[in-house]
Amino acid sequence: MKYALYLGCTAPVRAMNYELAARNTASRLGIELVDINDFGCCGFPLKSVHHRTALLLSARNLALAEEQGVDICALCSSCTGTLAEANHTLQANEGLRQSVNAELEATTGRQYRGTIQVRHYARILYEQVGLDRIREAVTVDLSGLRLAAHYGCHYLKPVEVHDRFDDPENPHSLDRLIEAVGATSIYYEGRDQCCGGGILGADEATALGLPRLKLERAVAAGADALVVVCPFCDIMYELQQRRIEKMYETRFNLPVIFYPQLLGLALGLSAAEVGLGLNRVKSRKLLEIVS
Amino acid sequence: MDSVVDANQMDPAFVSEIAAEPGGEHIRRCFACGTCTASCPVREVTERYNPRRIIHMAVLGLREAVLSSDFIWLCSTCYACYERCPQDVRITELMHAIKNIAVREGHIHPSFRAQVSLLEQHGRLYDITSFENERRTEQGLPAILERADDFCRIFATTGLDALAEPEETGVDG
Repeated sequence: MKYALYLGCTAPVRAMNYELAARNTASRLGIELVDINDFGCCGFPLKSVHHRTALLLSARNLALAEEQGVDICALCSSCTGTLAEANHTLQANEGLRQSVNAELEATTGRQYRGTIQVRHYARILYEQVGLDRIREAVTVDLSGLRLAAHYGCHYLKPVEVHDRFDDPENPHSLDRLIEAVGATSIYYEGRDQCCGGGILGADEATALGLPRLKLERAVAAGADALVVVCPFCDIMYELQQRRIEKMYETRFNLPVIFYPQLLGLALGLSAAEVGLGLNRVKSRKLLEIVS
Repeated sequence: MDSVVDANQMDPAFVSEIAAEPGGEHIRRCFACGTCTASCPVREVTERYNPRRIIHMAVLGLREAVLSSDFIWLCSTCYACYERCPQDVRITELMHAIKNIAVREGHIHPSFRAQVSLLEQHGRLYDITSFENERRTEQGLPAILERADDFCRIFATTGLDALAEPEETGVDG
């Protein structure tokens, strides 16, 4: 298995723990990740501003991976959704692909022929690596952990963009991945709720109302941590957690962990190898397990 | 919310304008059931955002009121309504279409203008300086070099360069 690792804008700056854990777990599980330095923004922020430019930015990244002959493995759910959507659109519509390619060629000297696929890392773990291989590779007991899975939105919606690999109303892939490493995935109210990251820039106070509800509900359900698969969801739940606590005069102190960090610890990687020191809200339970 | 709708403010061509925009094609399918609003996580925390109301305003042709509003920028793009809509109105994409028209009419939200500027200057939403690369090196991660040239050329071709701010700004997560 070989993929181009698509970092996007947020993960390599704001979620180095996620990137580290993804690289080290992939290596442990026999997935080769190739870096393509020319990758830039996926186009997501421009979908609201200028549809055509967003499509060109996506096509540019798709072309870069295609030149290397590899599919894309993305860490950010919004990048995954944006690139996969553009990919489906360009693959299905020959005329549009030609006109996009004419502009892409003129501006960047590249063309996209429509030959690659885009996958989120968690989906690759779930589908390509598979739960059995993950279970077999686990060496550390995480059975004491009660975890709240947060799927986020662009990891699985819209379903046609993600080949309907999971059910948007009652998703299961992340629960199964959590269970595969021996931990318990608990039910909590509002599991499918959005992190609010999409409107953080437009209206911060409104945006922070969304993670407040999720944190409240996960804590009420007795979660030891929230498990995420997107760096922007992490910004909302972890980096903004203290501010939300201040705004609403409450206390959550809920650790937030990226799934590959959890996986890495189960596979016997060290706390440093999964970047655990970079997690802002410390999990006493996790630290005890790795010590 | 206020008010009686003023028939003189209704632009009957607005719905066609939206339907001609990528993502807006299915607007006429809406039968106003409200599943979108009931599913909306933003509506759960504020009454200022109500997708059924926005679609209804658009169908009535309240062009200026919709395009100049703040509320069209409050869609978090979660796709909950998109998945549940019984009429396949594809509301998330419909909201993108409405925002694209708003931008052309000069109503770009300042936070999005800031993002356009960052992308034109850096090719990324977060600037990568030597500070970020030092931190990455400390963690054993490869350095990242900014490659904004392609972005400048793409933005110049599509006209997006005109939307960028004259000076550098930052977004903070």
